Amino acid sequence: MALLEIENLKVHFETDDGVVKAVDGISYSVDRGQTLGIVGESGSGKSVSSLTVMGLSRSRNARISGSIKFDGKELLTASDDELRTIRGDDIAMIFQDPLSSLHPFYKVGAQIVEAIRAHRDYSKQQAYDRAVEMLNLVGIPEPRKRAESYPHEFSGGMRQRAMIAMALANDPKLLIADEPTTALDVTVQAQILELIERLQSEFDTAVVVITHDLGVVAEVADEIAVMYAGRIVEHADTDTVFAGPEHPYTWGLLSSIPRLDSPRDEELVPIAGRPPSLINLPGGCSFHPRCPYVKPDHMTIEPPLEALHDNPRHRVACLLDPDTRRKLWKDLREGKSPVDARADVMHDVAAEGSAVQAAGDTGAARGAVAASEEDKGA
Amino acid sequence: MVTYIIRRLLWSILLLFVVSFITFVMFIVLPSADPAILRAGRNPTPELVASIRETLGLDKPWYHQYYVYMRELILHFDFGYSYQNNVAVRETIFDRLPATASLAIGAAVTWLLIGIPIGIISAIKRGTLLDRAAMGFALLAISAPVYWVGLVSIYLFSEDLGKLVPIFKGSGQYTDFTEDPIAWASALMLPWLVLATAFAAIYARFLRANLLDVMGEDYIRTARAKGLGERRVVFKHGLRSAITPIVTIFGLDLGILLGGAILTETVFNIPGIGRLAFDAIQKSDLPIVQGTVLIAAFAVIMMNLIVDILYAFLDPRVRY
Repeated sequence: MALLEIENLKVHFETDDGVVKAVDGISYSVDRGQTLGIVGESGSGKSVSSLTVMGLSRSRNARISGSIKFDGKELLTASDDELRTIRGDDIAMIFQDPLSSLHPFYKVGAQIVEAIRAHRDYSKQQAYDRAVEMLNLVGIPEPRKRAESYPHEFSGGMRQRAMIAMALANDPKLLIADEPTTALDVTVQAQILELIERLQSEFDTAVVVITHDLGVVAEVADEIAVMYAGRIVEHADTDTVFAGPEHPYTWGLLSSIPRLDSPRDEELVPIAGRPPSLINLPGGCSFHPRCPYVKPDHMTIEPPLEALHDNPRHRVACLLDPDTRRKLWKDLREGKSPVDARADVMHDVAAEGSAVQAAGDTGAARGAVAASEEDKGA
Repeated sequence: MVTYIIRRLLWSILLLFVVSFITFVMFIVLPSADPAILRAGRNPTPELVASIRETLGLDKPWYHQYYVYMRELILHFDFGYSYQNNVAVRETIFDRLPATASLAIGAAVTWLLIGIPIGIISAIKRGTLLDRAAMGFALLAISAPVYWVGLVSIYLFSEDLGKLVPIFKGSGQYTDFTEDPIAWASALMLPWLVLATAFAAIYARFLRANLLDVMGEDYIRTARAKGLGERRVVFKHGLRSAITPIVTIFGLDLGILLGGAILTETVFNIPGIGRLAFDAIQKSDLPIVQGTVLIAAFAVIMMNLIVDILYAFLDPRVRY
């Protein structure tokens, strides 16, 4: 049995402007000791889905449905008190900005002590010793002295280490890391990822890493789920995602990061347009206004997340047939532009008003907006 | 820290100099009644007025008068003597200080006791009927002038005049604490409530807004993610941050009130600094005015300094 099993999770928020479908039916599971990377742009629902696991997205205007099973226990129907005993104990979380995530008025050691004593029947001294031990474990020099420091006296990397020490102090089964390295210097990022990996193998903790940075998940994740507009559009093991991605959005993500093995003069290809509004999702495939390979029926048919025939562990939500997808990816890897790849593989011209003509210029977003507005009219 | 405090104290002295100078100049420049004529009584002879002018030193140029005043103040801590009845200003002020301090400190305690809980509850129950009712009342309380609330409250609640629930005994008959503590408290009860009303409302609204802000902070999410109970999240993590700015305005408000609450003191007939200043201004009694202004400025400056020092203890990020 998987440690964390999420089935058809939906998190909708009722706002004055309409219903925000932050998470719109996602399913995934994480095994003990495994690392899942959830990748997506801002507003793709990756953080909300994880906060929901912790029970932290509960509010008066939130409508949450589906199922979240942790260690066999259903969390969505659990009471606030039950969730509270799980939070910080079996499931711990670290956040993007370690400065704002630590309370500025309390000493670092005291904040870790508080986390320990919320779940363990330790004396203050025992908890304090444990906190110092954890600070030592995450590589903070002179931990006993630094436990008496305030967060503002720590560097960014040290703060994130302290957050990790706090999260792991109760030996959780699952660690959710929400953009753990985004606010840090590049050199520190690698150290923090290394630390998470080392501690994970030491404690046999399952980890969910949420990030917009494919470089981060490439380093630590066993599996990757790519999220777009509240849904998972591709899910496979890490090697497959990098070697044989099947979703045009994943291609876009991969083409927009530099590679060491590509020619030096090759330009990065940004994904045209913007993430859609989660209130007014485009009809059909949510990605169609930005997809260079869109066909007319993609604007009406919703693609299900389906396993591939030759690799059941690789799931993709795309309406293009697998052969076309593979040829397109091959062309893209050879350095062809999306427009050329489309002409080469699909032997047609791009749909009127799609992002394709606009790709790469400043009109891209406008093209995408025009396309999505056409849909609404249809 | 010590150098900081010393520096601030030196600045305070300079500031008091400036304040006294401005008060003096304003008194000379702006048209006011001639203190000598006021002192002389009905139909005075010019000789009498001239002799009073000479006794009070009013025949000398203003800068000489100021020099004499400052010399006495600095060398002997002597605030001069009232133009009206020759009593020493220093003694008069120290006489009036307990009444003003009783009123100000009692009111401050009252508004904290009322305003802070309301602010917290409103923030926690944001958007509910309770919150809206509390904030509606707060707006009303802020808008109502204190002298009006004072008069209405006397009309409704004081023991002798009260038309609704005459429960507050001795309102309008201030008694010294040392004389009779119970009469003191009972006489001040209504003024405390009246003076505290508007402040409590302001503090409730301010704390509510602060707390709502703070509850959206990342470290509150962290506190919840740690599995802390909601009560601990609100009180230990939220309130700890939200209350800090309250300390600042509290220090300022208390400082200003310690310099005299003119309206409240007048309505409730409390012999405090505010009343003293008010009467002195009407009678062009410069030494008394000067003394009360200096005391008020001193109170504000000192409370400011205390707040700033306190801040270093409240917020570990602040260092001097």
